[in-house]
Amino acid sequence: MLEFRRLTAGYGRQPVLRDLDLALSPGEITVIGGLNGCGKSTLLRTASGLLPPLGGQVLLEGAPLEELSPQQRAMRMAYLPQGRNVPELTALRMVLHGRFAYLSFPRQYRREDFDAARAALEWVGCSHLAQRGMASLSGGERQKVYIAMALAQDTGVILMDEPTTYLDIRARFEVMELARHLAGMGKTVVMVLHDLDLTLRYARRVILLDGGGVVADGAPADLCANGSVERVFGVAAARASLPWGEEYVFRPLSAP
Amino acid sequence: MRDLPASFSDKRRGLLMAGALLCMLAAGLLSLALGAVPLSPAQIWQSLLTGDRTSAAGRIFWYSRLPRTAACLAAGAGLATAGCILQSVLANPLAAPNIIGVNAGAGLAVTVCCVFSAAGWVMSGAAFLGALAAVVLVSCLGRLTGASRLTVVLSGVAVNALLNAVSETLRAFFPDTAMSSVDFRVGGFSGVTGAGGRLWPAVVVILAGILLAFLLSNELDVLSMGETTAHGLGLPVRRFRVLLLALSALLAGASVSFCGLLGFVGLIVPHLGRTLVGADSRWLIPMSALCGAALTALCDLAARLLFAPYELPAGIFLAFLGVPFFLVLLIRQRGGRIHA
Repeated sequence: MLEFRRLTAGYGRQPVLRDLDLALSPGEITVIGGLNGCGKSTLLRTASGLLPPLGGQVLLEGAPLEELSPQQRAMRMAYLPQGRNVPELTALRMVLHGRFAYLSFPRQYRREDFDAARAALEWVGCSHLAQRGMASLSGGERQKVYIAMALAQDTGVILMDEPTTYLDIRARFEVMELARHLAGMGKTVVMVLHDLDLTLRYARRVILLDGGGVVADGAPADLCANGSVERVFGVAAARASLPWGEEYVFRPLSAP
Repeated sequence: MRDLPASFSDKRRGLLMAGALLCMLAAGLLSLALGAVPLSPAQIWQSLLTGDRTSAAGRIFWYSRLPRTAACLAAGAGLATAGCILQSVLANPLAAPNIIGVNAGAGLAVTVCCVFSAAGWVMSGAAFLGALAAVVLVSCLGRLTGASRLTVVLSGVAVNALLNAVSETLRAFFPDTAMSSVDFRVGGFSGVTGAGGRLWPAVVVILAGILLAFLLSNELDVLSMGETTAHGLGLPVRRFRVLLLALSALLAGASVSFCGLLGFVGLIVPHLGRTLVGADSRWLIPMSALCGAALTALCDLAARLLFAPYELPAGIFLAFLGVPFFLVLLIRQRGGRIHA
C-alpha cells in the first residue's frame, strides 16, 4: 500500500505537482500517465525517496517514508528506474543483489538469498541466462532480469518507470504480463507508461496528470467513456471488435 | 572493454585466480633474486630464516631487494584496486588514479611533505588527503557540469594538469627535494630502501585498504548499477560513494607516497581483470590486486635489467604498455562498446 497525503513534489523549490491525495492499492497495476513534463516521473521519484517531498507525505505500508532507513525502505518497496547502467555482472548476480537490503554481517549472501534469486529468475523465464553477462542480453531479457531482481527483493510495492521503453513489441507484452502476474501476487505495482495502448490494456487503474495535479483517476474503460483520454492526450479511443476479442484503437482528434 | 564471455563459472574464475597468485609469487621471487648482484634462492631463504644483515647477501636482501619488492607489489595492487573502485563509482571505464588527478593530488602532498622534511605516517596521511582532495574536486566538477562520463574524465585531466603544475613549481623552488627526481615524476622504485619510515606504514595502509575494498564488494557492485538502482536496492548512495572514493584515494595516496606518480596500472589492470573474471567485485578486486602487483614487479624488473648497468624508472615501462591500451579504449568507446 502506497499513499500520498497532500504531496507537493518537484525539483529545487519549484513544485511540479501540488497537493496530491492518492492511495494506491495492492493487487493491481496502477499506471500514472499524461503528456511529457506533466510530472509522472517526478511523482515516482518522490515516491521512491529519490526526491524529498516539497510538502506533504509519502506513506509506505503505513509508515512515513522519511522515517524509514534505506534498508527498511528497500524491504518494502522496489524501484526500477528508466535509465540504467548495464553492469558487467551475470544475470544471477544481478538478481542476487535484489537481496542487498537483507544482507547482514558478514555481508555475504546466504543460501536462502541464492534460492530466492534462482526462483525469481525461473519465475521470469530466464533461468537459462543465469550465467550470462548483462551486456550480452537483449533489451527484453535485461528488463526481465531487472523484474526478477525486484521480485527477489520481496517487497509489497514495486515502482517501475517506463519499463517498456526501447523494447520490441513482443518484449513489451512479456514485460507487462510479468507486471500483471506480480500484481496477481498481491503486490502494489505502480508504473509510469507512455504507451497508451499498453496502459489501457493492462492497468486496473489509471491516474492522469496534467497542470500539476490529477485530472482523471479511474478504470481505463471509464476514462475512455468520460472523455478524459481525449482531453489529456488529444486522441479518440474506442473499443473495436477484432478476431481475438475487443481492443482499444486510437485516432488523432485532428485527423480528417 | 569487451563484452563478457558468454558464461562464467566460479571454477574457471578460481583457476584464473590461482594462476594470477602464482604469477604474482613468481614475479615477487624474481624481483627478490635478480638485480646488479643476483641472489640465489638459497641465499634468499637463508637471509629470511636467520635475519642476517651482516653478510653482503643479507644486506642486499634486507635493505634493497625486500623493500623494493614489497613496494612494487603493494603499489601495483593498491593502484589497481583504486582504479577498480574509481571506475565503478564514477561509472567511467576511463577513470584511473593517474588520469583524473588522484595521483597528482597525492604527488603534490608528498612534494609539500618533502619541502618540510616530513616523512612516515605524516607523509602517508598527507598523500591520502591530497588524493582525496583531488577525487572530491573531480567528482564535484563532474556533477556541476552534468556528470557525463566524458565530463568526469575531462575534469580529471584539467585537475591533473593543475596539480602537476603546482608540484613542478614547488620543485623549481626547492630543487634539492627527493621529489625532483625523474623516478618520482614517472614513477619508480630505485629510491625505495625501507629506510626513513616511508614505505612500511604505506604498505600496511594498502593491505588494509584492499581488504576493506573486498569487504565492500557487494556495495561496489550495487553502486555500479547506477545511483537510482542502488537507491532502490537500499544502498545509502551518497554515504557509500564518499566512503569508496575516500578508499580509492587512500590506496592511491599510500602508493604514490613511496613510488611516485606511477601511471596506468590503475587503468590497465582493472580492464584486464574484467576480461578474465568479469565485473563481479568479489573476483575483480582480488584479481586486479594480484595482476597489478605482478605487472608492476615485472615492469620494475625489466627497468632494472634490460639496460643494466643503467636503470630506468618502472613507470616508463608501464607507460609503454598503458598508452596504447588507453588509446584502444578511447577508440572502442567511440564505437559505444565500453560499458561501465
